[in-house]
Amino acid sequence: MKTFTNTNPNSLDQAVSLVQQARTNGQTASLVGGGSDLLALVKDFIVKPDVLVNLKTIKGLDQVVPEAGGVHIGGLITLDALGSHPVIRSQYTVLAEAAETVATPQIRNVGTLGGNVCQRPWCWYFRNGFPCLKNGGSMCYSVGGENQFHAIFGGGPSYIVHPSDTATALVALGAKFRVVGPSGERVVPGADFFVLPRQDSTRENILAPGELLSAVQLAPAPPGRRSTYNKVLDREAWTHAVVSAAVVLDMDREICRSASVVLGGVAPIPWRVPDAERLLAGQRITPALASKVGEAAVAGAQPLTKNAYKVPMTKALVRRTVLALATRA
Amino acid sequence: MVNVTLRVNGETRSASVPPETTLLRLLRDQFNLTGSKLGCDVGDCGACTVIVDGQPVNSCLMLVGQVEGREVLTIEGLANADHLYPLQKLFEHFGSLQCGFCGPGVIMSAKALLDENPDPSTEEIRDALGGNLCRCTGYTKMIEAIKGASCILRGEEAPLVKSA
Ligand code: FES
Ligand code: FES
Repeated sequence: MKTFTNTNPNSLDQAVSLVQQARTNGQTASLVGGGSDLLALVKDFIVKPDVLVNLKTIKGLDQVVPEAGGVHIGGLITLDALGSHPVIRSQYTVLAEAAETVATPQIRNVGTLGGNVCQRPWCWYFRNGFPCLKNGGSMCYSVGGENQFHAIFGGGPSYIVHPSDTATALVALGAKFRVVGPSGERVVPGADFFVLPRQDSTRENILAPGELLSAVQLAPAPPGRRSTYNKVLDREAWTHAVVSAAVVLDMDREICRSASVVLGGVAPIPWRVPDAERLLAGQRITPALASKVGEAAVAGAQPLTKNAYKVPMTKALVRRTVLALATRA
Repeated sequence: MVNVTLRVNGETRSASVPPETTLLRLLRDQFNLTGSKLGCDVGDCGACTVIVDGQPVNSCLMLVGQVEGREVLTIEGLANADHLYPLQKLFEHFGSLQCGFCGPGVIMSAKALLDENPDPSTEEIRDALGGNLCRCTGYTKMIEAIKGASCILRGEEAPLVKSA
């Protein structure tokens, strides 16, 4: 592993200025929360930091705090703490369920929400050091290569899929993301936090160097809300979603007032499906409607040579998830 | 260099090591605690699992900078010269391991589970072992041993009948 210096800020401002300072000295700095993703990248020489800024020494960023009727969740909360938090479990179930499906118990005990949302893609070309777009090169090797797990929506010029389960859930919940950086703080809608490769193929979100995701905010859950996260894996444990669906239904007895359907594992960003959401709004959810919603979820899919199986898989997952959630007692 | 002081198996230990040293390297190379194994070095296999402040973690993914003042329990902290810990005893009884490389990590994951949940279901045991890769066994005998150990730790008699 490349050698680096470790710094322990005790505030966000200090963390930001440590990154600034390193950059002015011509050094590269990496922000580290749990470190599970970063350390693996550093060991493989994909990321080569001179300075590590250890966010774990900043106090108070690992809490779920009531705010304006909803909650404010610090970016340093571990996935384990998030998944077992009583308020998240009952009010924002889709997020708790997503957090519970991440990786392994060992990683959930250390990995943070901020780190999970901002993790780099798991495309094997990227992780194995190919000179691809994500590694500063000029092509995406998946197009003519092994693209079994790559994007069926929103791809080009890179075809990575966004790997974060919690990001998918947060977008479905309409979360707001708090970004802290050299020019202060800004709050952006979760959906605007992620960027498609056609906007910028070198990164997956709007974070500029030296910026970090400090917290997310969730509005109060209205009465009648139910939500869930379903994830298809290619083995029983410890892997990313082949396809996942985060579904939020706001019900008025039998009728769905409004819905949010966001897919994971199929696009370079959490993939919202407005057509599916529109079909559900104001309707009683029947098996026939759920089938239509599944169809709508895959309209416009553009599979690559080896991932067309994701189309029927996504369709079925959305249909089943919507129907099971609507008919749940 | 980073100076680090932490508690390992109930004792205070210190070392001065380069900042890129992982907890696993610290344990193995500085403290001579070679029970925790280096498998993949990236969080995939769980052979390096130790318990930090009560929770199982991959020690290969934790830097010395993150362990200052923390309480670490490794496989060496379970047994003493005369007594195996019940999990170890039952892993032996059931023949739960073959090559054994995954064993220390599996046992630490199981120990953390039983500390939190003294009577886990098979499903809960499987979930708790989700981050521990064993390439030799089929996990069945590990699950039997963990169930047996949970009985002993609850003060009940363990079913010692082995599956075929
Ligand atoms: S060596 Fe740590 S998880 Fe494999
Ligand atoms: S006994 Fe050999 S890897 Fe588990």
